Amino acid sequence: MTAIQTSIATSASTTHVTSPAAVARLRSVGKNYGSVRALRGIDFEVHAGELVALLGPNGAGKTTIVKLLLGLIQPDAGRVSVFGRDPIHPDNRMRTGAMLQVGRVPETLRVREHIDLFSSYYNHPLPLARTLACAGLEKIADRKFGDLSGGQRQRVLFSLALCGDPDLIFLDEPTVGLDVEARRAIWDEIRNIVAHGKTVLLTTHYLQEADALADRIAVINQGTIIQQGTPAEIKSLTSGKFIRCVTSIPIREISQLAGVSEVKQDREAVEIRACEAESVLRELLRRDPNLSGLEVTAAGLEEAFLALTKEDNLAPAAN
Amino acid sequence: MNNTIRNFEQMENSRSFVHRSRIYLKETKYEFLKNLRLRMYTVSVITFPLMFYILFGLVLNSNQTIGRVRVPAYLLVTYATFGVIGASLFGTAAGLASDRGLGWLEVKRASPMPPFAYFAAKIAVSMLFSVTVVALLIILGFAFGGVRMPALNVAELLAILGLGSLPFSAMGLAIGYFSGPNSAPATINLIYLPLSFCSGLWVPFMFLPKFLRQIGLALPPYHLSELALGTVGAGVGSITRHWEVLVAFTLICLGIARIGFQRDQGKLYG
Repeated sequence: MTAIQTSIATSASTTHVTSPAAVARLRSVGKNYGSVRALRGIDFEVHAGELVALLGPNGAGKTTIVKLLLGLIQPDAGRVSVFGRDPIHPDNRMRTGAMLQVGRVPETLRVREHIDLFSSYYNHPLPLARTLACAGLEKIADRKFGDLSGGQRQRVLFSLALCGDPDLIFLDEPTVGLDVEARRAIWDEIRNIVAHGKTVLLTTHYLQEADALADRIAVINQGTIIQQGTPAEIKSLTSGKFIRCVTSIPIREISQLAGVSEVKQDREAVEIRACEAESVLRELLRRDPNLSGLEVTAAGLEEAFLALTKEDNLAPAAN
Repeated sequence: MNNTIRNFEQMENSRSFVHRSRIYLKETKYEFLKNLRLRMYTVSVITFPLMFYILFGLVLNSNQTIGRVRVPAYLLVTYATFGVIGASLFGTAAGLASDRGLGWLEVKRASPMPPFAYFAAKIAVSMLFSVTVVALLIILGFAFGGVRMPALNVAELLAILGLGSLPFSAMGLAIGYFSGPNSAPATINLIYLPLSFCSGLWVPFMFLPKFLRQIGLALPPYHLSELALGTVGAGVGSITRHWEVLVAFTLICLGIARIGFQRDQGKLYG
């Protein structure tokens, strides 16, 4: 008995030497919706105090992970735990807040009324004024939900996730469909709650959003986590540069240059993805002295994401 | 499934009684405000029975009698029954179907809300609107129809129809669990209007064709209206029998709603 416990403890400590306590954890979790395999053997953890972004295209399984962690659905395989317990444990709901994607929210209630009701569910909610301030809702507290703009509606849902002063907050696509300004306003508020020591799991299909907010990114596609790491680590997975220029060299000729992995026409210019930018540039300039509009950039998160989620990269995982 | 329900109960127990009562009260208060401000609800639930009563009970037919009872008194009771059923069905089914289908109920389920507070609020508010419709009809009848009833009978009418909202709230929950978010109001009307007609709530029961009366005898609204008609001296049939039918109907509807509730606990919306 003791020997087994020791060996479990040892194996646990060796695999997670650097991790602080896992607040939420999925172990080999599988979930099917009928014949659709939404999740295939997911191993994933969220640690205290961090902001993790689950990044993936629509239908990748992000929302399913959030619902499993909230205990709204049950896994078909594997184990899900939050605060070391089954997610449906009643105490967990007191310690978590969730912003989910909602089709319709009762429109005839005012912002302050929605918050008042949700606050009443918790044992130790934030004072109303604090919640309003945290979500930037002070000026529209007396407006009915139905009269709000898209960004304001998202902020109300955000406030409902915060109002109970929970330790762990789930934000499922918090800025979907919002314009840049509204999105940045929500980002500021998310940064603010992380600064207050909360743990946040964010799902998004905006790469920029994951890059701007997350301590750690897990890239998910077709129900499998294909990569995890800091934003910088994810970006570094795709080495190489982007070259953009206006040139008379035909695309077919460029694509045959050594070191070029992809070429495409973009309006008047060509965009070249190259693993050895210097040699490609030398060759381009030699062949076309009139080459103009030259830009060279490092591949960003977007490129990394596209490379990671390409179908052929998934072939081994799909079995 | 049972685990989930047991956990909900535990959660209820982990709160103080005062805290729990406060949640139930707030849930009810905001459910009330939500419906009160929803024109679609107030118009269909309050205005229609009043309009029908003014037209058929006060403007037309007001000098006639049905048996020994004057039309304004008789139709006051049947339209009150009609109003109660509408307030209860729309107060439960429409909101539940929309909250379920469009994700709002899931947000609430993810919160520490005691799940029964959600249903209790809908049932309480339906009852409140039911009693309001009945009270407004009584005021109209007294003011413009020359209806006179002893205070005790008025109280009895309010009590019977207030309680009578329960079977139809239960029915509404069952409908809410088995209809789509946008089709629910149509589904309700499709059930509500024929049900009311066949139970003699629009046209007095004895004036219906025989085959409709045979259907009507099996319908819960008929039994509720006969109980209510007793307060103006026009009820027929066994009172015990009427109550038995209504209680059995309530239990069946709650059973169906419970199947829907449990199915939802394991359901996902993608």
